[in-house]
Amino acid sequence: MYEIVKAHALSEAVFEMWIRAPQVARNAQAGQFCIIHPDGAGERVPLTISGTEGDLIRISFMAIGTTTKLLATLSAGDCLRDVVGPLGMPSDIAKGPETVVIVGGGVGVACTPIIAQAAKDAGNYVIGIIGARNKSLLILEDEMREICDELFVTTDDGSYGIKGFASGPLQTLCESGRKIDKVWIIGPGMMMKVTSGVTKPYGIKTYVSLNPVMVDGTGMCGSCRVVVGGEMKFACVDGPEFDAHLVDWDDLLARQRMYLAEEKESVAYHEEHHVCRCREVA
Amino acid sequence: MDRDAKERIADFGEVDLGFTEAEVRAEAARCIQCKKPKCVNGCPVGIDIPAFIHACEIGEFREAARIIKKDNMLPAICGRVCPQETQCQGECVLGNKDTPISIGHLERFVADWERREGIETPVRLPATGRKVAVVGSGPAGLSAAAELARLGHAVTVFESLHEAGGVLMYGIPSFRLPKDIVQTEIEQVKKLGAEIKTNYVVGRSVPVAELLGYDAVFLGTGAGLPYFMGLPGENLCGIYSANEFLTRVNLMGANRFPEKDTPVKKGKKVVVIGGGNVAMDAARVARRMGAAVTLMYRRGEADMPARLDEVRHAKEEGIEFMCCTNPVRFIEGENKAVAGVEAIRMELGSPGDDGRCSFAPIEGSNFTVEADVVVEAIGQGPNPLLLRMLPDLARNKNGSVAVNCLGQTSIAKVYAGGDVATGAATVILAMGTAKDAARAIDKMLRGAPQF
Repeated sequence: MYEIVKAHALSEAVFEMWIRAPQVARNAQAGQFCIIHPDGAGERVPLTISGTEGDLIRISFMAIGTTTKLLATLSAGDCLRDVVGPLGMPSDIAKGPETVVIVGGGVGVACTPIIAQAAKDAGNYVIGIIGARNKSLLILEDEMREICDELFVTTDDGSYGIKGFASGPLQTLCESGRKIDKVWIIGPGMMMKVTSGVTKPYGIKTYVSLNPVMVDGTGMCGSCRVVVGGEMKFACVDGPEFDAHLVDWDDLLARQRMYLAEEKESVAYHEEHHVCRCREVA
Repeated sequence: MDRDAKERIADFGEVDLGFTEAEVRAEAARCIQCKKPKCVNGCPVGIDIPAFIHACEIGEFREAARIIKKDNMLPAICGRVCPQETQCQGECVLGNKDTPISIGHLERFVADWERREGIETPVRLPATGRKVAVVGSGPAGLSAAAELARLGHAVTVFESLHEAGGVLMYGIPSFRLPKDIVQTEIEQVKKLGAEIKTNYVVGRSVPVAELLGYDAVFLGTGAGLPYFMGLPGENLCGIYSANEFLTRVNLMGANRFPEKDTPVKKGKKVVVIGGGNVAMDAARVARRMGAAVTLMYRRGEADMPARLDEVRHAKEEGIEFMCCTNPVRFIEGENKAVAGVEAIRMELGSPGDDGRCSFAPIEGSNFTVEADVVVEAIGQGPNPLLLRMLPDLARNKNGSVAVNCLGQTSIAKVYAGGDVATGAATVILAMGTAKDAARAIDKMLRGAPQF
């Protein structure tokens, strides 16, 4: 059993949770993820480890599917049946001084501070770019401002910061001729595909954290297979971070949509049956 | 005694209901109690088969259980899933003229009888103060853990999934191996004193340095890495490795979606590729979820590595066998979903050294089969994760961990057994190699000569 120590909403769409999972927390590095299996009826879902503190790990999620909606109903003191990790390869952070740009979009912003902090701790100059659809959906600005040497904030509708997508400031930075050694982009699949297109003409090494469907997360099923540089890779053991310019995005985006109908069916089933699993989980 | 095929394809309940007590005593009475029993040589863990059969004949099932458990802590599992026709029963002298003794069924009856009447935990030797880490809780890890715990060592088993059992839980379906039976046998291993830690990925949640801090380590991580064929269209939606398809159903209960949260594509027309037990399991699972199932195998039926019982059961359940056929590409339908398989006919040649026929494609014989779900069951390699963390560990050409006759790897106190050392094989072979390694570990820990 893994106790939820803190749980709260970061915005109307994004939730954050601190979970006691010593074997995960003590070994986690930036870029890695864990798998959460809330109860006996639940699914195993991969979530990026967005921070650690002693025996606690932080996860962040949007309440959109059955599992994340269930997680959003839980609070401090509730328990999760299974938390396993850290999984995947850590981010490829080099000893500085390098200039790195870390771009986060939507819920992906939640995963940026841990990478920014690791890059900073390694002696790098860190530029952050975080974006959201509008001001009320923007998260973790203060945390990122504290870590980064420079921070750009964008909203699609211009309700806060720079109007437009996070790719805007990235484009400006690339055009300015400043030396940029590495870029990380974390967000929804389509956002990562589009944003990584910005750095390609400049030949800047760009990493994306891929989020295909996973089951075990330890390399034994191939559900998370992705095509990188024409080769089949398993995101759970070879990634989840890959060279953005080598990813077959159409393949990834199609496979991410594989269970759309089943996801809807599951949410509808739980709404109809009003299954409250809070007690089962605890 | 099998349940009727029409009835059983509507559920995931056990197919073979086993022998009655009267049938067991009659079957046991057929055994001629050989002075030099060949059946024992055929058993990878060397159970004293004539002795337990004699106990069955006179109705002393408690005694029969004791005899079996001296050599095998998981008899309810082995009695059900061993390929007895090539092991103990294949050696039975009665098979020369008549039918061999149904040793598997007798073993299974004894285990089920004991489970019903109360299980007796074998005596544990005094504690040695030595600590052993076992990586993986599949058949190899459980056997090594049971043996080492029984010999008095402090055993910790690390399992990466949320349930112990390895392939017994995620791979073999409940209609062949009910999960409560697996859990009961795992409980017995715990009662011997072995601690099982689920959700621990060695190399990730357990650093390698911590692992090597134990007095000895046994690697039983299996052959869980699925092979893909590398054909065009392989990433289309609806194409699964057998590991994924079976894990979703057996471990996560996807056949009960949406009551359980894990989905799986329920095809109308499913093609399963392969001819081993894993292929039979995947095909029969798909059949139980309502699909018309075609099994494609590149050689002839006689070359299939699956247990004879599974092949027979699959046929009775209406699975179409398409032998001497191999896929060449997958056909794309709407929304990047698979719509079919293009395959080619194979011509069989003469049997090779391994007794199986060679095969070659017949040019121009291509044809297509409609499919909305495809399951590839063409084999597995060793789990990659831990092996990457132990770069000094010597490997065989096929990627498996190299071991000497004691099960010892190139790292002195690290031993290995089961599929990670032998390549994908059977439950009982995994248990046999694990037991040998456990005995070698015990000798090492007691400072006894190894040879």
